[in-house]
Amino acid sequence: MSWIGNAIVALLVVGGGFVWMRARRNRLWREAMNALARRRRIALIVLGLYIVIGLLDAVSWVGGGGVQGVAASEARSVIDRIFKPSVFREKSYSAPFARAEFVGGAALTFPGRHVFGTDILGDDVLYKTLKGVKVALLIGGLTCLVLIPLALLFGVSAGYFGGRIDDVVFFVMSTLASIPNLLLLIALIMALGKGTLQVCFALGITGWVGLSRLTRAETLKLRELEYVQAARALGVSHTTIVLRHILPNLAHLVIITFALLFTGLVLSETILAYLGIGLDGSWGRMIDQARNELSRDPVIWWTIAAASAALFILVLCVNLIADALRDILDPRTLRERA
Amino acid sequence: MSEAILSVEDLAITFPAGGARAPVVDGISLTVAPGEVLALVGESGCGKSMTALAILRLIAKPGRIEPQSRIVFEDRDVLGLKVTQMRALRGAGIAMIFQEPMASLNPVQTVGDQVIEALRLHERVSKAAARDRAAAIFERVGIPDPRGRLDAYPHQLSGGLKQRVMIAMMLVVRPRLLIADEPTTALDVTVQAQILALLRELQNELEMSILLITHDFGVVNELADRVAVMYGGRIAEEGTRTEVLGAPRHPYTQGLLRSIPSLAHRGADLAEIKGTVPSLGAWPAGCRFATRCPNVFGPCDAEVPQTVSLSETHRAACHDVARGQPS
Amino acid sequence: MSNAAMGAAAKPLLKVEGLKTWFPVRAGVLQRVDRWIRAVDGVDLEIPQGQTLALVGESGCGKTTVGRSILRLEHARAGRVLYEETDLLALSRAAMRPYRQAMQIVFQDPTSSLDPRMTVRDAIAEGLRSFNIGASTMERTERVAELMAMVRLDPDHMWRYPHEFSGGQKQRICIARALAVEPKLLICDESVSALDVSIQAQILNLLGELQKKLGLTYLFITHDLGVVGHIADRVAVMYLGQIVETGNVTEIFEAPKHPYTKALLGSVPRLDLDQRGALAAAPGDPPDPASPPAGCRFHTRCPEVFAPCAATPPALIEADGRLCRCHLYDSAINR
Repeated sequence: MSWIGNAIVALLVVGGGFVWMRARRNRLWREAMNALARRRRIALIVLGLYIVIGLLDAVSWVGGGGVQGVAASEARSVIDRIFKPSVFREKSYSAPFARAEFVGGAALTFPGRHVFGTDILGDDVLYKTLKGVKVALLIGGLTCLVLIPLALLFGVSAGYFGGRIDDVVFFVMSTLASIPNLLLLIALIMALGKGTLQVCFALGITGWVGLSRLTRAETLKLRELEYVQAARALGVSHTTIVLRHILPNLAHLVIITFALLFTGLVLSETILAYLGIGLDGSWGRMIDQARNELSRDPVIWWTIAAASAALFILVLCVNLIADALRDILDPRTLRERA
Repeated sequence: MSEAILSVEDLAITFPAGGARAPVVDGISLTVAPGEVLALVGESGCGKSMTALAILRLIAKPGRIEPQSRIVFEDRDVLGLKVTQMRALRGAGIAMIFQEPMASLNPVQTVGDQVIEALRLHERVSKAAARDRAAAIFERVGIPDPRGRLDAYPHQLSGGLKQRVMIAMMLVVRPRLLIADEPTTALDVTVQAQILALLRELQNELEMSILLITHDFGVVNELADRVAVMYGGRIAEEGTRTEVLGAPRHPYTQGLLRSIPSLAHRGADLAEIKGTVPSLGAWPAGCRFATRCPNVFGPCDAEVPQTVSLSETHRAACHDVARGQPS
Repeated sequence: MSNAAMGAAAKPLLKVEGLKTWFPVRAGVLQRVDRWIRAVDGVDLEIPQGQTLALVGESGCGKTTVGRSILRLEHARAGRVLYEETDLLALSRAAMRPYRQAMQIVFQDPTSSLDPRMTVRDAIAEGLRSFNIGASTMERTERVAELMAMVRLDPDHMWRYPHEFSGGQKQRICIARALAVEPKLLICDESVSALDVSIQAQILNLLGELQKKLGLTYLFITHDLGVVGHIADRVAVMYLGQIVETGNVTEIFEAPKHPYTKALLGSVPRLDLDQRGALAAAPGDPPDPASPPAGCRFHTRCPEVFAPCAATPPALIEADGRLCRCHLYDSAINR
């Protein structure tokens, strides 16, 4: 399945680059990005690091030396190639930077080289943590790719056209919101399967209601503003009005909600992992599997610590950035900066 | 002047702008005599509303009243009062009514309750007695069915009625000075006429002084005894109503009065004041009006004009007026 | 109606007949229509070519709704809007589109009239794009520069955003946007009400200049009688969804007939130093447009009310070369 990962990465990079180029031409966005870079430099750098790690893990191919047997015919990513997991392993638990095994005290194959120690199977925990980055980014990013267009489609059409369409959308939204989210999610995943794409899809389908309500309310407000009326008087078609006037003025809402949704999704995947339907290789899985280790005596803490720390730092960075964005993109600050 | 009920000296209010602090109100002085109506006129951004808020010490951060300012109300130094004393002063000695009655009334409380609350804050009366007083005041301000209206919520009342309720709340405590900030701007013109008539009646009856903030010269003509014209945080011209409206000397006042459209000006272009008000922090160093003045000459850009006395009551701050006056 | 009553030598560019725009008030579980707010309840207007008709009234009288209904920004439920003999209300949306080029509107609030995320150039060019005027982007940019110069703005500023301009400048941008498609009729909906007096004077002068230069016809909706006196040729006074008096501006100001017009003119504070304390106010507040009084809508506040007023609604009658909706001038009723 290496080509799907590669394709998604390529799509994201090209898409991101395209958006970047368009945005740079627009002075308002440029000023906003500069303001963000000034206020949240550290958070942006850390987030950038995460993205780089995720990308490194996303590009994978078959071939190249360094491994034998089954492993040689599997697609391996850059992270895989750096860490060589089939080689860089121990027999079982070992503490971070330990020279001996945790149980028994036998000498390690790679003493002092495991930054976060090893888990029950002897896999390097740092390696597993880094692999989890891609999964986390996928959960947040891919789901939003499904969720945001859905929410916009429903919310904007309900708000802009009103009447029957509004009634129908409202009905769908209310129905969806009345079904317990988690149960619906579990049902969908059981039906569709536990693969990454399926889980992201299920999360997207069940999560669009909140953003939809927001965009509907904002669209209702925007529709009555005089510049929209002026556009109608100038004969501009409804579609063009939505694309040119409504959506750009919703962008700040969408971006902020995206950042918050992202963290919410990553955290909710942890819960799904508890229920056994988490994604392969995610931090949620790691945390779930490490639960029992905490009750041992002496305590084995490094797996859960590494996964939790990685999760915490990512969520913190995104939240800090979202907070700053909320201030920067607020249309009222436009006036104050003038 | 010790007979003045309100005396403002050298009032300066600054706001942060581009790193430094820029003066929104730049050292103005004015007095209000007992029973007199002083109108403070100017366009948006001239600082008139800030002046009014400063008198009641309602300037919020980041604005700041500079230490050299002095505000004296009935021989009391307003800027030096303790918070509790200030609170007692607000509403009792000095009351204020605002432009938007919608924003000034609590939407989840009946108007009767709000008036009664104002009353009981300043006087010890029983609830029943307060209700009677409130109904009497509602009747005095011309609210039809006064007792019934005590139980109305603000959203059930029209703009004119809400403004009457505001006036009622103010009257309840019989202030000696009323600060009215654009009291009729948001109202329809027929309602405005009613409110102006009401204000004049009440002013006579209670011998109240009014500091009237407005941009409408028609309202000034209706209510004011004296007028002060503000521009750029400074007073450009000050005098009696007949002096300022009838024989204005400052080029800004003249320009303003000539820009007012009316039937009399049909067909001809209105005299324009060219340019726009500079933004905060971008004021010229000398006379604030220098960039737009038709009579600008030598000293205007660099020197702040001194105030010239044109008569006992009439003053203007203008270099051009100064050079035309025998010293 | 005789030509004298029309007071117009020129042909009417726009004629409105029996315009009604009602807004439903829904209530109850099933959201049934409970009442109707009769914002515009049978309005007739005529705007002669090249002239300015002022539509005056207080808040809630429906004047803004009239302007919007003419442009079909609000849905009128009855009446005809005749633009050069074509009834605009009878056209389909597609057929209406070319007519939109001929009529434009400038709103009251310059800030909400401009999309904060669009450059001024794109805002002004919106109409050009919509009607495919100009062969290329370059050509359109040139036209925008011309328009900006016409409204006395610096064309070099076209790449700026609306928040970088003052209120008066933003209003000029709105005027430029409206003029881009070369309309014949410009509806100014309280276009100077939100501006300071000195800026208002600049904009009024600009509008006057443009009218002479481009031969525009204006429908000027306002509540400010000073502005009306200055720029209007003809006046129509509205009260609670209906026209109560129309006529030539000098006649209306010097000899108003309808009691409401008299009250309106009498309430405006004057600058005349001797005229003080002479405000003739109409008692009470404007009634609710959802439940207008029976008979004549003004009778509850009218100082000259008499017997038929509460029972029969008066029709728009011709009196001394003007139209007036009042029983006082109805020779059939009035003895």
